[in-house]
Parts: sequence; C-alpha cells; structure tokens
Amino acid sequence: MKIPISYSLRNLWTRRMTTLMTVAGMALVVFVFAATLMLTDGLQKTLVETGSPDNVVVIRKGSQSEVQSGIERLQASIITGQPEIAIGSDGSRMIAREMVVLINLPKRGSNKPANVVIRGIDSHSLALRPQVKLIEGRMPRAGSAEIIAGSSVARRFQGTGIGEHLRFGMREWTVVGIFEAGTTGFNSEVWGDADQLMQAFRRPVYSSLLFRLSDVGSFSKLKERLEGDPRLTVEAKLEPRFYLDQSEVMAKFLRILGITLTLIFSLGAIIGAMITMYAAVANRVSEIGTLRAIGFQRSSIMIAFLSEALLLGLLGGITGLAAASFMQLITISTMNWQTFSELAFSFSLTPATIIQSLGFSLVMGFTGGFIPAVRASRMSIVDALRGS
Amino acid sequence: MSEREIAVRMSGVCKSYQRGSQNVPVLEDINFEIASGEFLALMGPSGSGKSTLLNLLAGIDKADSGIITVGNCNITSLDDSELADWRAANVGFIFQFYNLIPVLTAFENIELPLLLTGLTRRERREHVLAALEVVSLTDRMDHRPSQLSGGQQQRVAIARAIITDPAILVADEPTGDLDRVSAGEIMDLMDHMVSDFGKTIIMVTHDPRAAEKAHVVRHLEKGILMES
Repeated sequence: MKIPISYSLRNLWTRRMTTLMTVAGMALVVFVFAATLMLTDGLQKTLVETGSPDNVVVIRKGSQSEVQSGIERLQASIITGQPEIAIGSDGSRMIAREMVVLINLPKRGSNKPANVVIRGIDSHSLALRPQVKLIEGRMPRAGSAEIIAGSSVARRFQGTGIGEHLRFGMREWTVVGIFEAGTTGFNSEVWGDADQLMQAFRRPVYSSLLFRLSDVGSFSKLKERLEGDPRLTVEAKLEPRFYLDQSEVMAKFLRILGITLTLIFSLGAIIGAMITMYAAVANRVSEIGTLRAIGFQRSSIMIAFLSEALLLGLLGGITGLAAASFMQLITISTMNWQTFSELAFSFSLTPATIIQSLGFSLVMGFTGGFIPAVRASRMSIVDALRGS
Repeated sequence: MSEREIAVRMSGVCKSYQRGSQNVPVLEDINFEIASGEFLALMGPSGSGKSTLLNLLAGIDKADSGIITVGNCNITSLDDSELADWRAANVGFIFQFYNLIPVLTAFENIELPLLLTGLTRRERREHVLAALEVVSLTDRMDHRPSQLSGGQQQRVAIARAIITDPAILVADEPTGDLDRVSAGEIMDLMDHMVSDFGKTIIMVTHDPRAAEKAHVVRHLEKGILMES
C-alpha cells in the first residue's frame, strides 16, 4: 500500500511559502500556455462560427481569400443555376453574389488606421447568415449609397456610428444601421449594396458566391461538378471549412509563438519545482529512513514524493487556468494576415484547453519531481536514519 | 535453550564499512542467540558497533558475511524488497529521537505500519485505539508530534512499534533524549511489553539505569561481543 496522499498534502502545507512560490511560478507558465491556446481557439471559433454548416462559399480557384478572388458575372449565372441550391421563400435560389474590398479607416481614440472589410451584399445575404441581426437603424436600400456596420467596427472606427458618414470609392456613404453577428467575423465588416460598391470600386467581378444547399449531403457531388466544369475556374468549400482555412496562418503563427515562449518559461518552472523537491527530500531524510525501516518499499517513497511534485503542478495548473479564464472578458483586435483585415475576437476557454493546460502543468510537476523522488527512494536506510 | 525458543540467532556475522580506500571493520565474527520473550541490552562505548549490530538483525543493513536468523527466517538471504516486507511484519522500531512523522497526528503515526497490511480502515482504527490504550495516550491521538512532550512522543513510537504485533522490537537509545522521569516511564512500558505481551526486545543503550530493566546485558568492544 502506498503512503497516504495526506502525507504529501500536509507536507506542502507545512512548507507553504516555498509551495506558494513554486506554484506561482508554474501558474505563470500555465497562464501563458492557456492564454495562447485560448487566443488561437478564440480566433478559430470566431472565424468558424462565421460560417453556417449548410452554406457553400465559391471563390476563384487558387485564391486564399475573398479579397484575392474574382468571379465573372457569366460564371456566377452558371453557378446560380445549379439544382442543389435551396429555393427561398420568395421562390428564388438562395444565393448571394458578393464583393469584398478592403479600405483603410482611422480608429476612434488613437486615430491609427486599420483595414476594414467592405462587403457588397445582395438580397439573400442576410437570410444566408441567420447569426447576423440588425440591432439599430435599418438595412441599406438597394441602389443607394447606404451602408450598415458591424457592432465591432462601429465601436472602434471613426465615422461608422449610425448617422455618420464614410468616404471611400470616391463617394460618400451614410451609415444607416448597425448589425450584430455574435462572436463571428462579420462584426468586423461594413456592408452595402453589391452593385453600388462594384461601381464605386470599378470592379466588374464578384469576389465570392454564397449559397445554401437544399441537402448538405449533395455537397461533394456539386463541388466535383463545379470544380470540373471547364467554363468555371472556381473552388467550392463549405462555409465553416472556408473560414477555418482563413484562420490557419494566423492560428499557426500564434500557436508556434505561444508554445515556444511557454517552453522557455517552463524550463524555469521545472527547475523551480526541482529545487523545491530537492529541498523537501533534504529536509525529510530521517522521515524517509523511518518509512523505509517500518517496511515501505522504495517505490512507495518515490510515489509519495512524485505525488507531492504532481500536486504542486496541479495547484499551479489550476491557479494558472483560473487566472487565464479572466482573459475571456477581454476582446482583442488584430490583423488577419489571410485577409489583411482587422478582426476582433475574444479569448475562448475550451474543455480541450483545460485538459491540455492541466496536463502540461502535471508534466512540469513530474519532470521537476522525478529526479528528487528517485534520489529519495534510493537512500540507504541506515544513512537516512543517521541523517536525523 | 531449545531451538523453538530462539528469536534471533547470529552466526559468524562480520560487517565493515568502506571509508575512502580503507576498509574499516565494525563487527567481527559475531555469534549469539536471543531467546523469545527476552529483553536484551547491548552496551559499549561509542563506535563499538552496537547500532550496526541492531541494524543488521532488524534487516535495515546487510552483513558482509555470516547468517542472521530471526524466527525461522534467514534474513541474510532476502533481497531489498523482501526485507522491506519482512520488516513490516516482524520488526518494531523505537528510535532515540522518536522519528515520528511531524505532519501526521499520533493516531496516523501509529497507523502507518498498518497501511502495509490488508486490514480495513475500521480494523486499523480498532488496532490503533487499542495501542493508544496500551501507551495511555488515547486523549492525545489527534495531536501532532510537536504538540507532545518527549516522553509522550516516545510512547507514540512504542505504540507504532507494537501495532503490527511484531516478533521483535529493536530500540536504539530509547531513553537517550528523555529526562529521568520520562526515561523511567518508557523503560517501565518496555518492561510491560516483555512481561505482558511476550515481546523480544533488543535495546542499545548507554544508560545503566535503562539496562537494569533488561534480562540480559551484553557488551561490545571494538566490534567484538564480550562474554556475559
């Protein structure tokens, strides 16, 4: 039978100042680790939730984003005629032909410029995105120089509040509404009439087509047909996949940067745990001798000290995660390098991040405690008892 | 002395330590027997090998040569892991500085050796309460060692030593850290272990008053056991 866990717990409590310092070091590392994962998850969640599972995005083949894409009107007509596209309540096919451009707008407060996505929409755009709700004002009238702004844009950029004016594409545009799109990337966009915007930016082609499938199961067949049609040079993706791909470059960058930093920090925390555990072994030499003398095996001693190190790690992990969970209250905005547009998103704490962070903290505890635990278990009983 | 009555037998036991390149002999050709239920005191000057002899027959150190038999078990043939199991079942330890675990209560310290048995929690509790009764410390069972006097700590250590009902008790200077009154109480308690519970005790001591309680006193001089 092993030495009771209460022995390890009470020893940690007895040396509470050392325990606190070690836990704080580990908590800091877990905080950075968890925050990095939360940042990446938040970014991906924002972009993936931007898409509906039964929507399909069509862009020009080889384009990484809507900004780089171009679909001619004739090609758009061919795609509109596909039988897999759902029919709306008005009897027309639920497809939106959209145009996307980037403009530069100054931020409120700092006056620093940043890119904002301008999306030209058509009559089906809103219906295809049920997560988008108009929260203030009204929709832009077709054929007018009216626009609506996502709530995140309206908060952070000059001239994007309701009733305010923006000048781009050699025209002045009036903000007539504010829309809310939950945690999706549309919050960081400005929408207007596609035909008006295409004229203003002198763009003869659409950027993307978005349509709803009447049956999601028909997607692969449709994709094969569209991508194999010699008249079309397009690529079709389900909307969540499309936005996930959009986040990949940035998510990978964040992940590599965060994990590299965390690994460097973790070396310090592991050394801290090791010093703590070496001190614990040195202070309890006679206890080790006594436990061995009364019949506890070497393995029991090793498990007792490893448990103590793992408890240190676990405490560090829980503390770090608790601190990192407050990051969910923060919304940050940054450049999405895939689309070169400003994207606002929040840190997102997922069950996977909790498991990975606690696992990471346990690994740190184990690594820091292993050598001291082996040393404790290998002590000669006579030498250990003499240590008293 | 009949074969059945022998608790410990040492035959031709030698032990030396390596100090740098030098081999320092500590015990030389030790031969002796301890009868079951006997209280033996080992005396001798510092460095004479008393504690080493005690460590060898308690199975916490290994002899260079010779045979040590405790009960029917030749402990010199046991490996490290087997020795640990053997100690758990057959030896009770009483140390000069009590060697209680400071973060555990008196109850938990006494319970420790029982964790190595198959007893249930309830059975363990019953055993510990009985041992506390024997050492008259039932009212102190929830106290930590730091909340007990030296004499009380040594009584807890004795309760821990007898909790698994071992064949032999080994005591290394059990009164060495106690005042005269407490030392007297501890020696009475050890005497009680022999007379009422039939324990075999091997005690190392410098204290002639403590040795008076023993049935047999043997002297060690420079690693050689003197005739009694």
